[in-house]
Amino acid sequence: MIPVIGLIVGVGLGLWFQPEVPESLRPYLPIAIIAALDAVVGALRALGERRFDDRVFVISFVSNVLIAAFMVFLGDQLGVGSQLSTGVVVVLGIRIFANAAAIRRRIFRA
Amino acid sequence: MTVLKVVVGVLVGGLAFALIMQARSKDHDDFSNVRSDELVELLKSLDAANQRLGRQIAELTETRDELLDSNKRSDAATQAARERADALAILAGTVGATGPGVTIEVADPDRGVDAGALLDAIEELRNSGAEAIVINGSARVVGHTYVVDGDDGIRVDGRTVKSPYVIEAIGDASTLAEGARIPGGLVDTLQKRGATVTITESKKITITALADANSPEYARADSP
Repeated sequence: MIPVIGLIVGVGLGLWFQPEVPESLRPYLPIAIIAALDAVVGALRALGERRFDDRVFVISFVSNVLIAAFMVFLGDQLGVGSQLSTGVVVVLGIRIFANAAAIRRRIFRA
Repeated sequence: MTVLKVVVGVLVGGLAFALIMQARSKDHDDFSNVRSDELVELLKSLDAANQRLGRQIAELTETRDELLDSNKRSDAATQAARERADALAILAGTVGATGPGVTIEVADPDRGVDAGALLDAIEELRNSGAEAIVINGSARVVGHTYVVDGDDGIRVDGRTVKSPYVIEAIGDASTLAEGARIPGGLVDTLQKRGATVTITESKKITITALADANSPEYARADSP
């Protein structure tokens, strides 16, 4: 229940204030969002399998976001920023698809 | 446990917020979150496209200039052809003509003027530079005009003309008049045959009579 409220409040705040992305966050925010989505999809899967744990979710969420942002930062420093962020997006995308497939199998048995 | 649940809610809310923020910021700021090496690539491709388009502009400009040039040339050719056609039409007597010239009135009560004399008169006018000649306002005299004696007058190209003969000729008026009055010339010859000749110079003579345009039966244009 609380996550749904959080979702609604977050969307509402985003639509209400229409904030600009801070300059310092610009390179990292898109990757961080993908990483967080990965954590959320994983949490949905765990929820379906009735082994969801708040602590695991919080840690995986935060660590996903931080590691993704750090990898982009590192890539920029090494001069391979675009390649590395592409790689990160691909890996996270595969994970999101895998989790989504697991959820789908569980719900539709297909 | 409850604190963790709240943290989960805050994290999800933060994700939603960030998602909205990022999605909205992409609308109006195209290049702000593009990396510098991507920008360099973008710039390079734009440069290449720019050069390609520049070359295209040059080629198309050249083509346009060529077309304009040929257009101008064909305009000039058309103009020249039209002028030539006008000149030939006047010569062939297929169009009316207007210009300065003389009107020569030959009153011939005794019928002393025959076809030969009239033809001589026409030839003399031609020698003086007459460009278009008409007799009695109806018989246009051109290159293939024939003049023969008829029962009740002189036949010019099948049209019978009777005294008094009015010969209108377009050309330089004073030259034509001088040429006609020259001793032993047109006036002298006709007067010897008992005719009365009056010459009037005018600034503007209009010839409306047309010669029959008959296309050559045997001769063909020999194009170079």
